[in-house]
Amino acid sequence: MTAMTSHKTSALSVNGLVKTFDVSAPWLNRVVERKPRQYLQAVNDISFEVPLGGCLSLVGESGCGKSTVARLVTGLYRANGGEMRFAPGEDGKPLAAQMIFQDPYASLNPRWRVKNIIAEPIRELKLRNTAAEIEERVVELLKTVGLSASDGDKFPHEFSGGQRQRISIARALAGEPRFLVCDEPTSALDVSVQAQVLNLMRKLQDEFGLTYLFISHDMSVVRHMSDRIAVMYLGRIVEEGETEALFAKPRHPYTQLLLETIPNVKDPHRDRVVAGGEVPSPLKPPSGCPFHPRCAMATARCSSELPAVRTLAGGTRVACHLVTDE
Amino acid sequence: MTTDVTKTGAAARPGLLKRIRNSDVWWSFTRSKSAMIAAVILAVLVSAAVFAPLIAPQNPYDAAQLDMWKAELPPIWEPTGEWPYLLGTDTQGRDMLSAILYGTRISIVIGLFSVVLSLLIGMTAGLCAGFFGGVVDNLLMRFGDITLSIPTILIAILVSTVVRQMLPDDLREIGAAAVLVFAIALSSWVQYARTVRAQTIVERNKEYVQAARLLKVPARRILAHHILPNTLTPVLVAATLNFGMAILTEATLSFLGIGMPPGQPSLGTLIRIGNQFLFSGSWWIVLFPVIQLCLLVVVVNILGDWLRDLLNPKLR
Ligand SMILES: Nc1ncnc2c1ncn2[C@@H]1O[C@H](COP(=O)(O)OP(=O)(O)OP(=O)(O)O)[C@@H](O)[C@H]1O
Ligand code: SF4
Ligand SMILES: [Mg+2]
Repeated sequence: MTAMTSHKTSALSVNGLVKTFDVSAPWLNRVVERKPRQYLQAVNDISFEVPLGGCLSLVGESGCGKSTVARLVTGLYRANGGEMRFAPGEDGKPLAAQMIFQDPYASLNPRWRVKNIIAEPIRELKLRNTAAEIEERVVELLKTVGLSASDGDKFPHEFSGGQRQRISIARALAGEPRFLVCDEPTSALDVSVQAQVLNLMRKLQDEFGLTYLFISHDMSVVRHMSDRIAVMYLGRIVEEGETEALFAKPRHPYTQLLLETIPNVKDPHRDRVVAGGEVPSPLKPPSGCPFHPRCAMATARCSSELPAVRTLAGGTRVACHLVTDE
Repeated sequence: MTTDVTKTGAAARPGLLKRIRNSDVWWSFTRSKSAMIAAVILAVLVSAAVFAPLIAPQNPYDAAQLDMWKAELPPIWEPTGEWPYLLGTDTQGRDMLSAILYGTRISIVIGLFSVVLSLLIGMTAGLCAGFFGGVVDNLLMRFGDITLSIPTILIAILVSTVVRQMLPDDLREIGAAAVLVFAIALSSWVQYARTVRAQTIVERNKEYVQAARLLKVPARRILAHHILPNTLTPVLVAATLNFGMAILTEATLSFLGIGMPPGQPSLGTLIRIGNQFLFSGSWWIVLFPVIQLCLLVVVVNILGDWLRDLLNPKLR
């Protein structure tokens, strides 16, 4: 892919990232049923840069590989190819990434008190020395995310979804990261609570100079949060550009489709699968442009040839045969 | 299911007793008559067994206290019954009540230790298999499958026979209890391993474990601090039910003559000895140990069932 030129320094640059999952049946079944090994290409040659102190959002339908990218970036998965480079922080060490997870119920250990959950990163990374210092820091973090000191003694099940997500944020901040990966942090929350949590995240970004890699399937949330947006489809980035440019003039047919389905205020809980056909299985991706079975503008070329990524004048990158730099 | 336990802890601060009394477990307990009756009976049986040396009229192991003239006395309510032999005596003049109390003690101790040992084996195997997956998982669980395909009692017979042969003669008598514990544990760990493995796989993929992985918390600590506590509830239920099974297995082995020797009779040994007199008319030598064994196993199982229903949200 073409290297992009960004005006800001980037906190993270990712180049040609690939992740393949081995989803073969167990060995015995394969031998008996004479099936070959089966691989799932969850992330396919992805490149992007996250501007330092900014926010890049990954959007796309369920199963397009957003979470896989998040896990690759944080090191929970090992990539099969490509490279990732974190910019060195002030102390010369690469920025440490922490993560905020989607499910506020599964992301906190139900048997730990909140103060211990928040203290875990402090203890593990040895960021404070004495028990008193750790406790003081935990209280400080609780207050930062809008909870009270006494909440530390409670267990996660005593909190609502939004409060749990605040606890998650506090835990992520406890590791003193400069880089936060947020995997759909608000998609499990009520709309009214979503806004509060998103505003908190923006406030924290300004306060601590955090860089976000933000993941969502909700275009209106993404618009609120991000400086740049990368639209993913079946493991590939099909369009990437500045938020306002992308909203004002979406170039890729898939991006246009996504923008048409922005949830409106009256009906916020719309289907997260956009209209216009089924998402193909990533096990058997279509030939040529992965979007061609659903694309209204597809031509014969689209089903045979994978469109190259082109960088347009405004810095937007698009992968579509029909898009030209006019 | 986890909430019950955490809620108990969450009420925090006000003393343990109050915490227990405020908990859901206690609440459900006070509403289940069968569980309460079973608990009372179990408490009586266990404390009688624990304090056997203080309560029992006789020390059945002490040959000097045995009186051959008092052999085969019937229970006290029969015309020829004699004080203090409430439940009669056996052919050596041993007081049946004392023998049963001491025998219960041995049965409970062996049952307890074998459950603890098989818990240790099963939980370690299950945690490792579930967490590390791959080859470790395959090896451990296939070994478990093989173990399960052989009847429990057969494994126990096999293990206890082999281990006995390996022990020197003078240790066989003393080591009998240890051999039994070992044999029963080896034949019953698979159930725990399976339960813990399944739960571990569920927990391992939860996001709180991934949050810990992000911090590079060592696997050992993730297992001990995060995953293990969240697998305990189902294991606790299985352990209670298996405690009853372990006592029965021990009794069976002793009944077959490869368990506790007649010098230290467990309930199973008593039943085996008594069995020989069943047709000679001395029914009490076998009947009372049988009743005691049934009672013990039944109350343990009732408590286990109650615990299972309580902790299984699907059944509520
Ligand atoms: N550990 C795994 N093993 C095998 N396949 C996986 C694994 N993780 C993800 N996949 C597959 O990779 C593809 C991308 O999954 P991913 O979770 O990244 O999607 P996503 O964009 O985050 O979707 P969602 O919006 O539902 O969270 C899916 O088809 C999924 O089935
Ligand atoms: S390349 Fe063809 S199929 Fe793909 S998005 Fe563009 S027009 Fe549609
Ligand atoms: Mg996801």
